[in-house]
Amino acid sequence: MIVTVKLFAHFRNGRFKEAEKAFPDGVDCLHVIQSLEFTARDMGIVMVNGLHAALDRPLEDRDILALFPLVGGG
Amino acid sequence: MDRILRVNLTDLTTRIEETPGEWAGLGGRALTSTIVAREVPPACHPLGPNNKLVFAPGLLSGTSASNSGRLSCGAKSPLTGGIKESNVGGTAAQMFARLGIKALIVEGMPKGAAWYGLRVTRDGVAIQEERELVGKNNFAVLEAIEGRLGKKAGVLSIGTAGEMRVTAANISVRDPSGKLRSHGRGGLGAVMGSKRVKFITIEDEGAPGIQLADPDKFKAASRVFTKALMDHPVSGTGLPTYGTNVLVNILHEAGGLPTRNFTSGRFDGHESICGETMHETIVARGGKPRHGCHAGCVIQCSQVYNDKDGNYLTSGFEYETIWGLGANCTITDLDDIATADSIMDDLGIDSIETAVAFGVAMEAGILPWGDGKEMLRILREEVGQGTALGRVIASGAGAVGRTYGITRVPVVKNQGIPAYDPRSVKGIGITYATTPMGADHTAGYTIATNILNVGGQVDPLKKDGQVELSRNLQIATAAIDSTGMCIFVAFPALDIPECLPAMIDMINARYGAELTGDDVVALGRTVLKTERGFNMAAGMTSVHDRLPEFFRTDPVAPHDAVWDFTDEEVDAFWNF
Ligand code: SF4
Repeated sequence: MIVTVKLFAHFRNGRFKEAEKAFPDGVDCLHVIQSLEFTARDMGIVMVNGLHAALDRPLEDRDILALFPLVGGG
Repeated sequence: MDRILRVNLTDLTTRIEETPGEWAGLGGRALTSTIVAREVPPACHPLGPNNKLVFAPGLLSGTSASNSGRLSCGAKSPLTGGIKESNVGGTAAQMFARLGIKALIVEGMPKGAAWYGLRVTRDGVAIQEERELVGKNNFAVLEAIEGRLGKKAGVLSIGTAGEMRVTAANISVRDPSGKLRSHGRGGLGAVMGSKRVKFITIEDEGAPGIQLADPDKFKAASRVFTKALMDHPVSGTGLPTYGTNVLVNILHEAGGLPTRNFTSGRFDGHESICGETMHETIVARGGKPRHGCHAGCVIQCSQVYNDKDGNYLTSGFEYETIWGLGANCTITDLDDIATADSIMDDLGIDSIETAVAFGVAMEAGILPWGDGKEMLRILREEVGQGTALGRVIASGAGAVGRTYGITRVPVVKNQGIPAYDPRSVKGIGITYATTPMGADHTAGYTIATNILNVGGQVDPLKKDGQVELSRNLQIATAAIDSTGMCIFVAFPALDIPECLPAMIDMINARYGAELTGDDVVALGRTVLKTERGFNMAAGMTSVHDRLPEFFRTDPVAPHDAVWDFTDEEVDAFWNF
């Protein structure tokens, strides 16, 4: 299946902003995160299709996964 | 014992007063709101002689505590008709504190047409007639005062917008780099203009300085506090690197980035205005990605943004301004937005209120969507020259909506709603609706918990837990705003257990007090109740604690969210 992965803030450094990636059916967010050489601890906000998601959430074909480090503003 | 300085413009007299016992434990917002509630008749005209403009440094301002140099300014707001406290960095708070000034109260109104400058020194405050700088904007005022009094003098000033008494007028405060920061919201610049005070200068030569009751305890607590600020990923790394503008992409992704006057929660042009792009641009042009708005800020969320040729363009360039002219007006040229930021600083108008007003103006067809150049022309030639159109825009979003018959007007208590859509981030909607300040994200920043996963997690799209979240944050914020601390200390305070106790220890060590966490919560509650009491006496009711109707009727993409709280659910906020 194809998942669009979007990276933000310093996650982009040496990686990419947005990429379509192929994964085996039914992998969860953590699988994708680890495939990019991040750890669960690096994650601030994880969103799937604009909704906050748990790391063990299974992904579906054409999902959009957005990964943010812990950042903020106001 | 710190003193109160009182300036009366009606009879042009000044007084130094002892601090009344019941004000001794107050600072910042707690003190300005207490004084306004005590001394300003709630039904008075905000631009008349009975309103008062009150400045107060926070309880910890002037000490070496990190991020403690914020100044509160309070009055009855000409924008909302209710009480207002607006909070700013710059050098003034620390200078007031070192001079032993608990508060400066500016009252009355001159009878003639003359303008005045106020000069605060260790001897008190003097009123001097001012001719040269009347009709000038903020940058010229700062430069002229630097010429007269030197680089170290603190300055509070109004631009021509404040002189015109338009309700988006703000009060500018000199920062350590000689640039300015703003008491932005609520039209406080119009109140200063109504009193015909063009500027206030502060010189702290010979100031008595701060006496700590227990210096060792203070030092130990200060160390713990600073470490918490540096250790937390938001205050230690995120804010210094990307500034507040990192939020563009986060809110876009979450569907809470108000776009095209609040008709969508996502903006196609988000990458051209986001914090990541801004960071690259700043670095490529030799600007500074991190910069503090006052000495002693260890977070440094501010920045210096240069133009294409590497020359200084603006600083203190915040997410809310970039969102407001960017997504909300669909302008994608960050340089146009930065230029507007600089013009708004110079004229002395609130960059949030003005940006929200432009969104309504675009909906009204006054200028095309996304037309950054026309927006700049209007700022320079209409607002800057005080034409009828310029005054309408500089009177805020509500004024533009009323003048042009628009119904989609994002305001609460007539103050423009900032950069988070309340339909898709529901906690912030409770804050907008209930805070006595009018729509104000900083009053109870639920974005932390709704979106950023700081202080736990409350689902932004559900109603559950939002009223409690907003209430707890508004109480905590009212207390923090009284300490002189920047509100961004709330990020570590929500997650790191040692942070808040260390802050309370510093207050105790400064004053020889024995406050507990419960006392600080009680202070926050009292401040909110005092402010609400003023608003009620000024004629507001729970009907003013409501979001505009369109949030109920118009679903917002991508989640098709609507504002679905009942009036009773919103009113339950005040059950404390
Ligand atoms: S973190 Fe930002 S707003 Fe807060 S004191 Fe520092 S520069 Fe000012």
